[in-house]
Amino acid sequence: MRRSLLFLPGNSPVMLQNGAVMPADALIMDLEDAVAPDQKDAARLLVTSALRTLDYSQEIIIRINASDSGHWQQDLTALVPCRPGAVMTTKSSVEAVKQTAELLTELERANQVTPGAIGIIALIETALGVEQAYEIATASERVSALFLGAEDLAADLRCERTKEGTEIFYSRSRLVLAARAAGIDAIDTPFTDVQDDEGIIADAELARSLGFSGKAAISPRHLSAINQVFSPRPEAIRYALAVMAALEQGKREGKGVVALDGKMIDAPIAARAEQVLTAAEKLGLLPER
Amino acid sequence: MKIIKTASAGTLESSDILVTVQPADILKLELESPVLAQYGEQIEETVRTVLTDLGVKAGLITLQDQGALDCTIRARLETAVRRGAEQEV
Repeated sequence: MRRSLLFLPGNSPVMLQNGAVMPADALIMDLEDAVAPDQKDAARLLVTSALRTLDYSQEIIIRINASDSGHWQQDLTALVPCRPGAVMTTKSSVEAVKQTAELLTELERANQVTPGAIGIIALIETALGVEQAYEIATASERVSALFLGAEDLAADLRCERTKEGTEIFYSRSRLVLAARAAGIDAIDTPFTDVQDDEGIIADAELARSLGFSGKAAISPRHLSAINQVFSPRPEAIRYALAVMAALEQGKREGKGVVALDGKMIDAPIAARAEQVLTAAEKLGLLPER
Repeated sequence: MKIIKTASAGTLESSDILVTVQPADILKLELESPVLAQYGEQIEETVRTVLTDLGVKAGLITLQDQGALDCTIRARLETAVRRGAEQEV
């Protein structure tokens, strides 16, 4: 599950070690924006050493440097032996995703890593990236999520970033559509006001309502709110269980059409109920039988 | 790996360690740490292991520890040595 994804600066020992106990579903170890150009080598070795030593229970995602930076090959060469769950491509394009996938294939082979084991999360943070979201999502079978980077996107769109997010509404929707059409996750941009506890809930609720699978965080303070918003709610679980029970009963009784509380249960309702129960099961939220 | 110039890696922030390497004819370690009494020997053993793995036989290695974990000490030392040997990863 990727409800919450916490960014950790790749050259910060204290953040990397504290990350191991953070309640995030995934940790994004950032070798790009969070690392000064003259510290790329130090961050690469620090992240590598942390992954070899510390016991992380979360999915590990490595944010590598951009394909035009001259660093991305070194990032992958250093990190593939550590078997991260995925790498995040910066300013993703179809070409960048394909290049990354090709080098991953070479490096997995050279390091006895199961072929295809390391996924790609495509960070979409340009207008062109949004326009090509579906093509990027399907550029490689390794792509397991599209991730909206709203700060850079707003700069590229030449508009102001606001808490309400009106300026990225279309991009959010477009990204969810592309990701779902490709059958992968859609991850929402971080909420950047670390002190605004109500704002993070509202922003996460909006993202959830649009269809995002989860949301990134730049502060551990946001993790609890994000996890709560992106977890199935008790009433949704109860309803989903009732839907499945009604369907089973209808099947036993040979009914062609099944209703619950006077409302017909059609295929989309059944599918949604299954999604809720699958998520609830993964999170241990199902009531004991 | 041969240290051919002075180089540093790390910081003096909490949980980090600042490592400086300088060319020298012999191998010499200088360690400062708030946990020197408790973990000094363990830190020195880690440092010597990393230096052996990297093939460093000579150099003045100065370590200003701020309570770094073993994995941080290893990473910062390797970074400093590679920088000093002009063999950055």
